[in-house]
Amino acid sequence: MEVILDVTDLHIEFHDHDLPETAVEDFDLMLGKGEIVGIVGESGSGKSMSALAIAGLLNRHAIKKTGRIMFEGVDLLTCDRKTLRSFQGDEISIIFQEPMTSLNPVKNIGWQVEEALFIHHKEIKKEERKKRAIEMLKAVGLENAEKVYKMYPHELSGGMRQRVMIAAAMIGNPKILIADEPTTALDVTVQAQIVELLKKINRERGTSIIFISHDLSLVSQLCERVIVMQQGNIVESGSTAEVFRKPRHQYTKKLIAAIPKIEL
Amino acid sequence: MRYIIKKFFMTIITLVVVSFCVFLAFSVIPGDPALKKLGMEASPELVAQVREEMGLNDPLVVRYYRWISAFVKGDFGTSYSYNKPVMWLIAGKIPNTIILGIMAFLITVVVSIPLGIFTAKHENGVIDRVISVTNQIIMAIPPFFSGILISMIFAGVIRLFAPKGYVSYKDNVPGFLWYLLFPAVALALPKIAMTVKMLRGSVLDEAGKDYTRTAYSRGNRTNEVLYRHVLKNAMIPVITFLGMVLADMVAGSIVVEKVFDVPGVSTVLINSISNRDYPVVQTIIMGIATIVIVINLLVDIVYCVIDPRIRIDE
Repeated sequence: MEVILDVTDLHIEFHDHDLPETAVEDFDLMLGKGEIVGIVGESGSGKSMSALAIAGLLNRHAIKKTGRIMFEGVDLLTCDRKTLRSFQGDEISIIFQEPMTSLNPVKNIGWQVEEALFIHHKEIKKEERKKRAIEMLKAVGLENAEKVYKMYPHELSGGMRQRVMIAAAMIGNPKILIADEPTTALDVTVQAQIVELLKKINRERGTSIIFISHDLSLVSQLCERVIVMQQGNIVESGSTAEVFRKPRHQYTKKLIAAIPKIEL
Repeated sequence: MRYIIKKFFMTIITLVVVSFCVFLAFSVIPGDPALKKLGMEASPELVAQVREEMGLNDPLVVRYYRWISAFVKGDFGTSYSYNKPVMWLIAGKIPNTIILGIMAFLITVVVSIPLGIFTAKHENGVIDRVISVTNQIIMAIPPFFSGILISMIFAGVIRLFAPKGYVSYKDNVPGFLWYLLFPAVALALPKIAMTVKMLRGSVLDEAGKDYTRTAYSRGNRTNEVLYRHVLKNAMIPVITFLGMVLADMVAGSIVVEKVFDVPGVSTVLINSISNRDYPVVQTIIMGIATIVIVINLLVDIVYCVIDPRIRIDE
């Protein structure tokens, strides 16, 4: 399988306080083309930090990052801002945990879905952008896409907003979609729909997905491969089936045991 | 659109209520207009006759209706002290006060918005720190004192204008505007300090929100995130504040007008209050109330333009 993202020895340290705090230690990830990899772990395990680092969103001076994040022959950690920006939203997209607040409240949906095209593909005309945005809104399962195009975030439910986020992330047909706990804030039926949508995007467009969650059952539905993190370290990784059947690490066993079961 | 119509009707209702309160207040304060008109020595019969002629014995509502319908037509009544129409007394003063207020407001907007954005963008930089300390000092100085300082420095030392050398707009418009510039600055200074502080805080607040992170994730530059995403959101509370500032400046430049000897409405107001010239006071107060209420309506309309959450709500 063709490797499109290769993260080695990623180390993230915060220097906000007197003593440096390590958020992620020795994180490695190889993402194949068209692959879905899950990262699981509890809050504070460093899974979101790793994702934000790959998306190029940890740019504060107080954050020290070492290691390498290789994408298209470029190290995203050391490349200049311009190169990084040229990937963001076009080749690497990210959706977040909080669909309620991740959209700009004073811009309409159409504008926000189109923005990545506007930034990266100035050559595309306004009408063409609109056409593509509406197609994309339809593709993520929003009926009345023309109507939604003109609406504002506050008029949509959480699930619809997350679909809009996905549409905005996918508009430039990126190679990698990072989904940082995209279903945590949603109710269970909507969760399942979003997971189905991510599967469909992966299948139809061949987008590689990094799916971050603390919900092992969702990960097992979606991902071929899984990485288990605890306190900034990878404690286990391998094929999802393997890890679930024969967890080697004590922490993974506990996580699996913590999945609620329905007993009749 | 429905929102604007609703607000418009609310404004009219507010104006009616406020005007009634103003009228009520001036009908209950002691002092008989008829007696005031005739002088203390007038015979009780004559006073009673004049009261009847002036319609002072009519019910309150009838008198209110008479006053407000005349007011709307621009007939503000007759000054007790000068026995001339109130309009004659204040007509020449209104442009001074309004132009002074608008100038001060424009200075506030033009200076504070770029400064607020700049200080937020370069948070904790040298300039940000200098401006933040300066802001604290300026906010602590009352306008009359900064007015005196400005007079001393720009008229006394640098001689950019003649102190107490007011030029009428009827004689010389550039000279008039140049003279008003200095009181306008005195009036604007504390408001600039407050607006800068507020906008800076508001921008930083919005910059920490999730949608800002989303904007960065699409490959926006810092400036693009700031101007395309953050600023519109950050302006929402600042616009409320600027609305109050505008109302305050048009209505409340009393002290600064005194310091710079600008013959504005406030001079008339102060004289009329000490002379108990109620029709004049009543007119000016009603005028100020109207300005404040109308500015509030304008702020609501601006809101409606920039914030879709207000536009669509029911």
